[in-house]
Amino acid sequence: MAISQIIFILISLVVFSLAFVQFGFVIRNIRLGRPEKIVGHTGWRWKNVLLVAFGQKKMFKRWIPAIFHFFIYTAFLLTQIELIEILIDGAGGYHRFFADKMGGFYTFLINFIEILSVLAFVATVIFLWRRNVLKVPRFFNAEMKGWPQLDGNLILIGELLLIIGIFSMNGADVLLQQIDPANYPDTGTLAISSWLGPSLFEGLDSNFLHIIERGGWWLHIMVVFGFLTYLPHSKHLHIFFAFPNVYFTRRRSRGEMENMPEIMNEVKSMMGLVEDTGAEMGEDIPQFGAKDVFDLSWKTLLESYTCTECGRCTSVCPANTTGKKLSPRKVMMDIRDRLDEVGKNLKSGKPEFVSQDSTGAKLSAQNYDDGKSLFDYISSEELYACTTCNACVESCPVLINPLEPILAMRRYDILTNSAGPGDWLPMFNSVENSGSVWQMPDERAAWTKELDTD
Amino acid sequence: MAVRTMAEFVAAGEQPEYLFWVGCAGSYDARAKKVTIAFTKLLQEAGMSFAILGNEESCTGDAARRAGNEFLFQMSALQNIEVLNGYEVQKIVTACPHCFNTLKNEYPALGGDYEVIHHTQLIDQLISEGKIRIGKGMESKKLTIHDSCYLGRVNGEYIAPRSVIDHLQADVEEMAASRSRGLCCGAGGAQMFKEDEPGDQRVNSARIDQILETGASVVAANCPFCITMLMDGLKAKEKQDEVMVLDISELIVQSNDL
Ligand code: SF4
Ligand code: SF4
Repeated sequence: MAISQIIFILISLVVFSLAFVQFGFVIRNIRLGRPEKIVGHTGWRWKNVLLVAFGQKKMFKRWIPAIFHFFIYTAFLLTQIELIEILIDGAGGYHRFFADKMGGFYTFLINFIEILSVLAFVATVIFLWRRNVLKVPRFFNAEMKGWPQLDGNLILIGELLLIIGIFSMNGADVLLQQIDPANYPDTGTLAISSWLGPSLFEGLDSNFLHIIERGGWWLHIMVVFGFLTYLPHSKHLHIFFAFPNVYFTRRRSRGEMENMPEIMNEVKSMMGLVEDTGAEMGEDIPQFGAKDVFDLSWKTLLESYTCTECGRCTSVCPANTTGKKLSPRKVMMDIRDRLDEVGKNLKSGKPEFVSQDSTGAKLSAQNYDDGKSLFDYISSEELYACTTCNACVESCPVLINPLEPILAMRRYDILTNSAGPGDWLPMFNSVENSGSVWQMPDERAAWTKELDTD
Repeated sequence: MAVRTMAEFVAAGEQPEYLFWVGCAGSYDARAKKVTIAFTKLLQEAGMSFAILGNEESCTGDAARRAGNEFLFQMSALQNIEVLNGYEVQKIVTACPHCFNTLKNEYPALGGDYEVIHHTQLIDQLISEGKIRIGKGMESKKLTIHDSCYLGRVNGEYIAPRSVIDHLQADVEEMAASRSRGLCCGAGGAQMFKEDEPGDQRVNSARIDQILETGASVVAANCPFCITMLMDGLKAKEKQDEVMVLDISELIVQSNDL
C-alpha cells in the first residue's frame, strides 16, 4: 500500500468520525425540543420534498438568485458522483477507477460535471459580488455582523476552491493522458479541460503536471472534508436539513395557532361545560408557552438548524422594514445559538448547570438551569412588534415558520410571566367583561338601528 | 328592512341560510359599521336568508389569542361555540378576515365546526348568480387593491376580491407588492390595540407610500382593521381627501348609488 493511500485513509477516518460526533450533537440538540406529533400524509410530504426541496420551487419567487443558486446546487449534487470515484481512488490507490469501466458514459458524466462547475463558478463569483460589492441589503441586518457574514463568504470561497481543484486535476490529466497513456486512462474529450488544460499547462514537464494533477485532487477532497466537519457550525447545514425540514412541514393551517388543550379543558370546566376532572391547576401554576428551547417543538429546533440566513423573511417583515428591532431571521438564529449553548453545557456535564432543587443530581435536560433562557436572546420588544402577517412564513424557501416561536414566547410572557405591553390591558379587560375588544356603552346590535336612517 | 336575530328566527320556527358574523369592529367602530350596513344592504338586495346573533355575539378572541392570552381566547371562543352550536349554525359569513380566520381555522379544535366564508367570497358568488347588480359609479376610476393578511396570505384568497372588482370596470392598478407579497397594514397580531415599538415609521405609512405610487384615488380593502389603518395613514400624510379607502361591499353599493 502506498504511503498516500495510508494518509488518505487515516484522514478520511478522522474526518468521518469528527463529522459523526458533530452531527450527533446537532441531532441530540434537536431532540431536546418538546414532542410534537407530525405524521401521516406521506404522499403530500414527498411531493413537498420534490417540489420545494429538490425543485426549489419557493426560491423562484426571486428569479436572479434562484437561477444562480440552482447552478451551484445541481453542480453540488452531481459532483457527488465524482466524489465516489475520488474516495475509491484515494483508498485503493487507483487513478480514475471508473474511466475505462464506463467508457463513453464516463466522458458524458465528467463533461456534465465540468459544465455545471463552470456555471457554479460564475454563480459563486456573482454571489460573492452581491454580498461584498453590491451589498444586497438583506445580508446586512444587525444579526449578520461578524460570524454569520464570514460564514457566508467562507462557504463561497470554499466553493471556488472546489472548482479550481476539479479543473487543475482534469486539465493536467488531459495533458498527462498524451504523455503517459498507461497510467492515465483516456477520459475522452472534455468540454472545458480539453482546452483549458493545454492553454494553461501546455509545455510543462510531466513531473510538474503530475504535481498539479495531484494538487487539484487533494485540494478538492480536502475542501470536501473541510465542509463536512464545518457544516454543523454553519448556515450551510441547510443542504442536508432542508429535506427533512420540508418533509416534516406542519399541515396545520397558517391561520391556526396551536391549540392549548390544558387551558381549553380548564376553561371548559370553569364554564361548567365538562365534568370537573379534579385535575385542577392548583397552586403550582404550570408553565405555559415557551421560555427556553426545551419548550419549543423539535420541529422548530430543526428549523433553526435549517435556516440558511438568507434573510428573505426579514426583507419582507413589515416590522423590520419600518425600522423595528424584530427580525424573523434573527429569531431563528437566536434559537439555534441558544440551543447550541444549551447543548454544549449539557455535554460538559458540569454540576453548575444543575438546577438548585436538584443539587447533587446528574446533569440532564430535565434539571438543566444555567440561569438563562431564550429571553436573553430575544427581547420582548422584538416579540411584541410582530403583526402575525405571515410574510416571513410565505417567503421562506425551506418552509421555516418564524411566527410559531414568536407566538409561543408571547404566550409565556403573557400567561406565565404576566408581562406584556400595558396597552393591551384595556383590550383584555374589555374582552373579558363585555365580550368586545372595545368597552362600549351601546348594545352590540345597536348598528341595526342605523340601517334605515342611513 | 330590519335585520333579524338568530333568536327571532328560532322563535318563528325558521332557520336562516347564513349567520352573518358582524364582529367587534363591524358592531362598534364608526367606520366599520358603514361596511356592515353596506354588506347588509347587499344581502337584502340579493334576497338572502340571514340572521345575526345580535347581543349574543361576542369577540371571536383573535386579538387576545395572538397577544398570547390563551385563557381569554378560550373563554371567548368556547362561549361563542356554545351559542353557535345551540342554534345549530351551519354556514357563517363575515366581513372581517380575522373573525373569518378564527371561526374557520381555530374553532374546529375547540368543537365548533362551521362552513365559514368571507363576505368578498359570498358577494362574488351572488354577482355571478345575477343576484347583485353592479352600477356604473366606479367605472374608469383609478383603483388599487390592498389584500388583508388574514384573507390573503393566511387563507390564500386573492381571487374573490379581484373577481368582484373586475365587474366594476374601474381602472385597476395593482401595487408592486400585492397578493402574496402584499404589505401588512400594521394592525394584525393585536398591534391595533397598542403603540408601535420604536422604529423609523409606522407600517401603515409604508403601505400608504406604496398606494400613492399607483396614483389610485380608491383603495379597495376587505378588512375593517386595514381600513382604519389605511385611513389613519392617509390622514397622517394629509391625503385623506385625495384617496378613499372602501370595502368591497361599499364599492358595489356606491357603484349602484344604493
Ligand atoms: S409574521 Fe411577524 S415576524 Fe413574520 S413577517 Fe410578519 S411581522 Fe414579521
Ligand atoms: S427563516 Fe427562511 S427565509 Fe428566513 S433567513 Fe432562514 S431560511 Fe431565509
